[in-house]
Amino acid sequence: MKKIHFLEWGLNSPRYWGILAVLAAIAGIGGLSALYMEHNGHWVTGMSNQVVWGMPHIFAIFLIVAASGALNVASIASVFGKTPYKPLARLSAVFAVTLLIGGLLVLVLDLGRPDRLIVAMTTYNFKSIFAWNILLYTGFMVIVIVYLFTMMERKAQQYNKAAGTFAFIWRLTLTTGTGSIFGFIVARQAFDAAIMAPMFVIMSFSFGLACFLLLLMYVYRADGRELGDSVVLRLKNLLGVFVASVFYFTLAYHLTNLYATENHSLERFILLDGGVYTNIFWIGQIFLGTLVPLGILYHPSLGKMRNWIAISCGLVVLGAFSQLYVIIIGGQAFPMQMFPGKTIIESGFYDGVNGMAASYAPTLAETLLGIGGVSVAVLMALVVIRMLPILPISLADKDVDPHAS
Amino acid sequence: MADKNNLLANKARRSFLGKAAAAASLTVAPGVVLQSIAAVKSGTEGVSDNTRWGMLIDTSKCADGCDACVTACASENGLPVHERPKSDPVWIRKVKLKDNLTDSVTTLPMMCQHCEKPPCADVCPTGASFRRADGIVMVDRHICIGCRYCMMACPYKARSFIHEEIVLKPTHTPRGKGCVESCNFCVHRLDSGNETTACQEACQKEGHNAIIFGDLKDSSSEVSQALRNLPSREIRADLQLNTGVRYKDI
Amino acid sequence: MKLFMLKLMASTVLVFTVLSGTVLADEDAASRSRGYKADKLEACVEPTEFMRRNHMELILHQRNLTVHEGIRIKDDSLANCVDCHASRDAQGKAIAVNEEGQFCERCHEQAAVHLDCFQCHATIPDSDIPNDSNWH
Repeated sequence: MKKIHFLEWGLNSPRYWGILAVLAAIAGIGGLSALYMEHNGHWVTGMSNQVVWGMPHIFAIFLIVAASGALNVASIASVFGKTPYKPLARLSAVFAVTLLIGGLLVLVLDLGRPDRLIVAMTTYNFKSIFAWNILLYTGFMVIVIVYLFTMMERKAQQYNKAAGTFAFIWRLTLTTGTGSIFGFIVARQAFDAAIMAPMFVIMSFSFGLACFLLLLMYVYRADGRELGDSVVLRLKNLLGVFVASVFYFTLAYHLTNLYATENHSLERFILLDGGVYTNIFWIGQIFLGTLVPLGILYHPSLGKMRNWIAISCGLVVLGAFSQLYVIIIGGQAFPMQMFPGKTIIESGFYDGVNGMAASYAPTLAETLLGIGGVSVAVLMALVVIRMLPILPISLADKDVDPHAS
Repeated sequence: MADKNNLLANKARRSFLGKAAAAASLTVAPGVVLQSIAAVKSGTEGVSDNTRWGMLIDTSKCADGCDACVTACASENGLPVHERPKSDPVWIRKVKLKDNLTDSVTTLPMMCQHCEKPPCADVCPTGASFRRADGIVMVDRHICIGCRYCMMACPYKARSFIHEEIVLKPTHTPRGKGCVESCNFCVHRLDSGNETTACQEACQKEGHNAIIFGDLKDSSSEVSQALRNLPSREIRADLQLNTGVRYKDI
Repeated sequence: MKLFMLKLMASTVLVFTVLSGTVLADEDAASRSRGYKADKLEACVEPTEFMRRNHMELILHQRNLTVHEGIRIKDDSLANCVDCHASRDAQGKAIAVNEEGQFCERCHEQAAVHLDCFQCHATIPDSDIPNDSNWH
């Protein structure tokens, strides 16, 4: 393998600043939306006492999960010693950190009392997975930045493998923690499933790689650097495996649920007659987010074309949002079973009268807050690659020998 | 700094001694006050686990169409009404059930069940959701960050988030935008020695007497005796949360 | 570190000089005509000097005792602050303590210390809140 040279992102200034301005504007609108929500209170959102987590949580969890997944490329290089991935490691680490920052911003700005962030950072209840996650998230950023340093500073290179291994273990723990938020909630049927934790890990592989691949293809095309097939095809094949794995976990989740009679009504709700959730599950998650991208990625000719690969990455992201929507919102909309064997026929506080699901309709503000978070993640990544030598000058096939591992 | 701590410790000690002669207290270090707590419920003693507040709800006495407990709770605790039922806070609600096999109908009030092992307190990242020594599950608003994880975790849907600015708030039930709250067994009453809750009082006034409230650890209390003599159950007993609220005839 | 401590002490002294010299002097004069219950008392629950510097510590201490231990000593409670320090308008109606120019707000404004208590706590004496309030 040739020596890899790194260079700052060389987009011409007007275009670069133009892109930053657009992203900053979107982020700013997200910030204003958060301000609007905080000023008025959450009643202006679609969230209520029935569906307590909404659009911001979908975006936040997507970004956090994708963050740990984006680090995978670096992990494959330094933990598993696959040299073809090595040139991509820096970008992978940078994007991991910025995605996480974007996600945390959304999560924090949705809090009822974001002004009390300092309380969250100083007062811990260690039985809470949330409290652990606060430590896991902040720790992740520090560790990945150190890891990035070991990649970029010659003197620190001897610690690269150790830092990479530590970061890899940390990120697995982090995603397990994120998945566990939904895995240990005994109150709600949809969330009372230990499979959530490993499923979130595999979801992170898939979502993170899709985001990474999109960013990689964009930044290389934008400043005219060569990006060879050996890199892209390798990554898209990996993405295909991850998408299929997520599908497998989804299948396992629903099939195990279907076995137990007590979960039949929940499964019926998600798979058959849950209206919007059923549609999002089948059309968004399964068809557009899983089957179509798999078909494209493994198609003998389409699977080699950049635009089609980009489209399938986009579809994987769409499928990711669909999946999180079904899990997070669908799981809350399905009425809690407080009285098995009985039907609630009247209630002063919703409670799923006659099995009716709780309603949730996302408003513009909470959606814009989420989009703002995505924008912050991309914006920060673009600033970093512009200022630091993160991107290899060329990823052409002749410069990256695919058979070197 | 030490001076200030001393002042505060002395201050605290004086308050205890002055207000409650029964409490012997001792300053062991600046800022640290030890006190031996006699089981007095006068409002100047710390609560202890010699008491566990609890309730028995006799659903056979709970009248269909009556919501005296709900309105009493709302006025006692100043529950705000913004005419937005999805986001207005509810501490207690009436639920009407129909048995799937027999079609028999039951009505009952639902509220925080004051679990011995509350899932809301387990998941709370800051420890704002907590269980007081005397069994009352409540929210320390001062450290609640409004993440709503407790609302996700509560098996009884007992909690409400304050979705908007509160202009008029009662002195004994502080409330503000962005925090979570739920039934606290009218804790301000209990702390000042009044051992009834607003809902119980209202139910009694209506002549239904469906709610019996009291100290579960006091074997001579009305609620303990009733629990001994009547068959009752917990809602979601499968979770083994050992709730402080029990129901008869569901 | 030493320099920092010196600076901190100097600025603390400065702040308190300003506070006690100007604001609180005005306060004393102005409050007499405002109908504070506090006016009729010799001092607050502790000597005035102590209260100026430490009222927040007392309230914080009391807050944890109240919420977690159920100890509701009236002396150090925020409700007691409000009870004594709320002023009244010409009709005798209580004015919220956190309204502009009122006891709590004025000093906090001057000292640039964010006043968070009243996002949740009642701002007028309990006796002034009608029993059949339309809470909102």
